[in-house]
Amino acid sequence: MYPADAKYTKNHEFIKPLGDGTALVGITTYAQDAMGDVVFVDLPEVGDSFEAGEEFGTVESVKTVAEIFLPSAGEVLELNTELEAHPEYINEDAFGKGWLIKIRLAGELNPELLDATAYEQLVAEESH
Amino acid sequence: MSDLKQTPLNAAHRALGAKMVDFGGWDMPVQYPQGIIAEHLAVRTKVGLFDVSHMGEIRVQGPQAMAFLDWLTPNAVARLAKGQIHYTAFLYENGTFVDDLLLHKISDDEFLLVVNASNIEKDFAWVLEHATAWQVTVTNESDATGQIALQGPLSLAVLQPLVDIDLAEIKYYWFAFGKFQGLPVMISRTGYTGEDGYEIYCPAASTESVWNAVVAQGQPLGLMPTGLGCRNTLRLEAKMSLYGHEIDDTTNALEADLGWIIKLQKGFFLGRDELLLAKARGLTRKLVGFQMREKRDIARDHMNVLIDGQVAGYVTSGAPSTTCGVNLGLCYVPLAAAEIGTRIEIEIRGKACEAEVVATPFYKRAK
Repeated sequence: MYPADAKYTKNHEFIKPLGDGTALVGITTYAQDAMGDVVFVDLPEVGDSFEAGEEFGTVESVKTVAEIFLPSAGEVLELNTELEAHPEYINEDAFGKGWLIKIRLAGELNPELLDATAYEQLVAEESH
Repeated sequence: MSDLKQTPLNAAHRALGAKMVDFGGWDMPVQYPQGIIAEHLAVRTKVGLFDVSHMGEIRVQGPQAMAFLDWLTPNAVARLAKGQIHYTAFLYENGTFVDDLLLHKISDDEFLLVVNASNIEKDFAWVLEHATAWQVTVTNESDATGQIALQGPLSLAVLQPLVDIDLAEIKYYWFAFGKFQGLPVMISRTGYTGEDGYEIYCPAASTESVWNAVVAQGQPLGLMPTGLGCRNTLRLEAKMSLYGHEIDDTTNALEADLGWIIKLQKGFFLGRDELLLAKARGLTRKLVGFQMREKRDIARDHMNVLIDGQVAGYVTSGAPSTTCGVNLGLCYVPLAAAEIGTRIEIEIRGKACEAEVVATPFYKRAK
């Protein structure tokens, strides 16, 4: 259910390294399901840099708002501007067209991230 | 999880794929797979079906039932006709809210009070405690009673084939007794969405049959089961108060903009003395509606209202409005800032965001 080529945070973000020193970041299907219909996404500026675990934006749904934290340190290369007109992409396809930002990784991937199996376990515990 | 109370429809919600949440101690559907926006729009344009069996029903009977309730509650019970309903409240002596409720007059000596789920025990104790000097019997029928709310412009079309009473004859805020496919029910033309619709009360054991029959009848017309998530956004657009948000034991009925249920001229009722004093002193704050200027700014419950950079009030309810396409909310502000058009700011995650006091209700259905 959770792609093995991505890593995960306990806060329900994912980061998917693309193999060229860059990575896509978003929220997981579990996170979007818990939030319900997403209506707005507040993203940083291209060029901004963040540490691992630093807040870089917010996702607003009809009923709630979630702060989102960068899974691994990096610089913002690109924003998913499609989300301005289609925030529902996050609900429809969180790992695909619902990605939030693309970053250039600063150094190695954060070693504290969970792999898909560990994340799945975390989700199973939370939703129990 | 096992400590949560369940309505008779718990299994039905799970079968429909509902997302269940703890709502004031009840295991309730917040949304179904269609999601809050689709459910919200279904109620505004077609029809939605809510399980509201968690609501409480308290029956007051006896030769002094009418006099007792006229004394206990602020609205004019003596003016109600048999079969009529009004919105009212239980008030503390200081004019703040024990709860808000719908009061149904069955006859001069029998009334049904429908109260909030999270307040059932408190309300029942409140009524009992004040009933001792009166010739009335007070019964908490909450567990024995199921309730579902059919809301939206197609409500009548869905429900009429299933019942033996003429639904068009029931006016807004009136009710009638009848049979639903042979089962005894009470049907009121009320709701908590700002749409036309009916609420159906039945014995707990019949609730699932009634629910399933309405779902089957309504599906060809676009009926959706609808959860508490859209119930909240719908009632907010219609500016209907929610206990624990707009009203509670710290807000008085006049500042909550509910002066229309406070019949000060009818004579004594609990809370009247203090409300008279409050009125004479002049209100210090008032509940108003506001609209955010920017699409990116969404106000949420409990956020601060700022005026000239100072905290001047708080948001009681805030959300993006599906029907209006803007971000709305209700908040308390000082009386001087209650005028429509007043610029205020909402403090969202440390940032002052522009908003404006606007007329309410935000949404009103076309008659």
